[in-house]
Amino acid sequence: MTTTGSPVLAGRADARPARPRPDGTSRAARNRRKWYEIIGLTGPAVIVFTVFVLAPMAFAVYYSLYRWSGYGWPTEFKGLDNYFGEYGAFKDPIFLDALRNNAIILVGSLAIQGPLALGIALLLNRNFRGRSVFRLLVFVPYVLSEVTVGIMWQLILLRDGTADSLLKNLGLGDLVTGWLADPSVVIWTMLFILTWKYTGFALILFLAGLANVPPELTEAAAIDGASWWQTQRHVTLPMLGSTIRIWMFLSIIGSLQVFDVIWVASSPAVRSLGASNTMATYMVDHGFNQREWGYGNAVAVILFVISFIAAVVFQRFVLRRDIEGALTTRKG
Amino acid sequence: MVATTLPQPRQRRPFSWGNPLTYVLALAVAAVSFAPVIYVILGGFRTTGQLAADPAGLPDPWIWHTYANVITQSKFWSELFNSTLIAIGTTLGVVVMGVCAAFVLSRYQFRGREALYTYFTVGLLFPAAAGILPLYLLLRDLDLANTYLGVIIPQVAFQLPITIVILRPFLAAFPAELEDAASIDGADRLGFFWRILLPLSRPALVTVAVLAFVASWNSFLLPLLVLQNEGLHTLPLGVQNFSAEHSQDTAGILAFTSLAMMPALLFFSLAERQIVGGLQGAVKG
Repeated sequence: MTTTGSPVLAGRADARPARPRPDGTSRAARNRRKWYEIIGLTGPAVIVFTVFVLAPMAFAVYYSLYRWSGYGWPTEFKGLDNYFGEYGAFKDPIFLDALRNNAIILVGSLAIQGPLALGIALLLNRNFRGRSVFRLLVFVPYVLSEVTVGIMWQLILLRDGTADSLLKNLGLGDLVTGWLADPSVVIWTMLFILTWKYTGFALILFLAGLANVPPELTEAAAIDGASWWQTQRHVTLPMLGSTIRIWMFLSIIGSLQVFDVIWVASSPAVRSLGASNTMATYMVDHGFNQREWGYGNAVAVILFVISFIAAVVFQRFVLRRDIEGALTTRKG
Repeated sequence: MVATTLPQPRQRRPFSWGNPLTYVLALAVAAVSFAPVIYVILGGFRTTGQLAADPAGLPDPWIWHTYANVITQSKFWSELFNSTLIAIGTTLGVVVMGVCAAFVLSRYQFRGREALYTYFTVGLLFPAAAGILPLYLLLRDLDLANTYLGVIIPQVAFQLPITIVILRPFLAAFPAELEDAASIDGADRLGFFWRILLPLSRPALVTVAVLAFVASWNSFLLPLLVLQNEGLHTLPLGVQNFSAEHSQDTAGILAFTSLAMMPALLFFSLAERQIVGGLQGAVKG
């Protein structure tokens, strides 16, 4: 019934010459069987994805309209008070600080990790002995869990800890500051830790992208007398375009949902001042820990809307030409 | 200088020793990446007193009992077990569901196919963390809080979009003639999928499996909310618990942290080539 419904698709499906089926089943029976297979094979994935990824977002919208302790069914309807009311998120300076911190992390990540990873990728893409060992070492921060990384840097950056003592030994004692305690410094410390951790992710993507650049091209450039740098600049880099745009996309989404490292590495006291909060830590603090489920869900919805707008705008204006070529490989 | 070392054969350029600048830069980058890890591992061999007196020094003498204490007295092994179980469960779920869906999305012609694909890719457009609070409530109401499945199933769901995005082009790239040949040999579509496509897809399957495993191994927020029963805690939760409970025992925290990162480091050093290789298809430009 459906194969004939869509002339375009049916045309494509029937483009191959008809063959007698060994089992001699009718067209209708085959078609029915095909739909059983489609539903049977995609069903579990569709259900799991719908119930555990998309449905929670819909529930968040619903819950966010209530004041609710999380028990029973929400009854105390508040409309948009959790967003714009006197005690709504947009009236809370701590939440606005969290927004600002997310913005710092987003811009900082794009501006620092990309160029840094690109430089390292070009370096590690050269042929030299021991290259694979260097690659392995450079990926290490990305492999470690966010919690490990958070605890590790927390210990290193303790007051009068290793970092401070190293700085003093280098004669840079004046730089020593409350890396994790000073409210005006801590967000930059977090940005540093995130840079240390996630540059490796950009690097993995860029190295994979570089491996797709046909060696014939760089060889031809070299034969034409281009220097190494000229070759990178005019041949290799342009071919990385789609990879860079995908990384930017993933980095934007990642920056908006930063949670683990901040949660672990900066103390709740500093966070609650707004100094290092992000939307996600603020959300868990209020929704989960303080049982303000309606309010927490309002923050979730704001986080979702901001991410979605960012993603759609990025898709529309930057990723558009990669839609076929990047996340989904160009055919042929 | 590089130009002159470029050889004729086009398959594989032999490694040269490169120039010193390359090595200096590569060493500097590797040191910045790896030094903190070395510090944590070595720190576990020092006493808290030594660490306080000279934070940046080397172990002298080497102390082994901090590591021994962590292994024998903390919940390290049960947390390792929980992490492993959850990561394996997640990986199996992602690979099975992902490859089935990607198979249909790549090799069946039907109305609504692209819509279904878009439906999955929507998951890439927003952070999973945004839905974590209602997800927790849902898991609580389904009696999945404090269960392994309460972590595994949502992790499978989060990981499905990227898995399908990586697998679909890979499965679509096999020529239609392959399918025709299988059909002439009497295999129906499912037979073709099971006997021919799956074995040929192994590289891509390993890639998505590794990504799912690593994501699960490192995940923190979901287990933090779902697993309030300490007996079910995973290693990332364990690291945080340990550092909170033994906040004065710096050496102990360092030892626990380095033990907790060992499995990931070992696993990754074995799978690194596979990850970079597998992503090449996904980021093809």
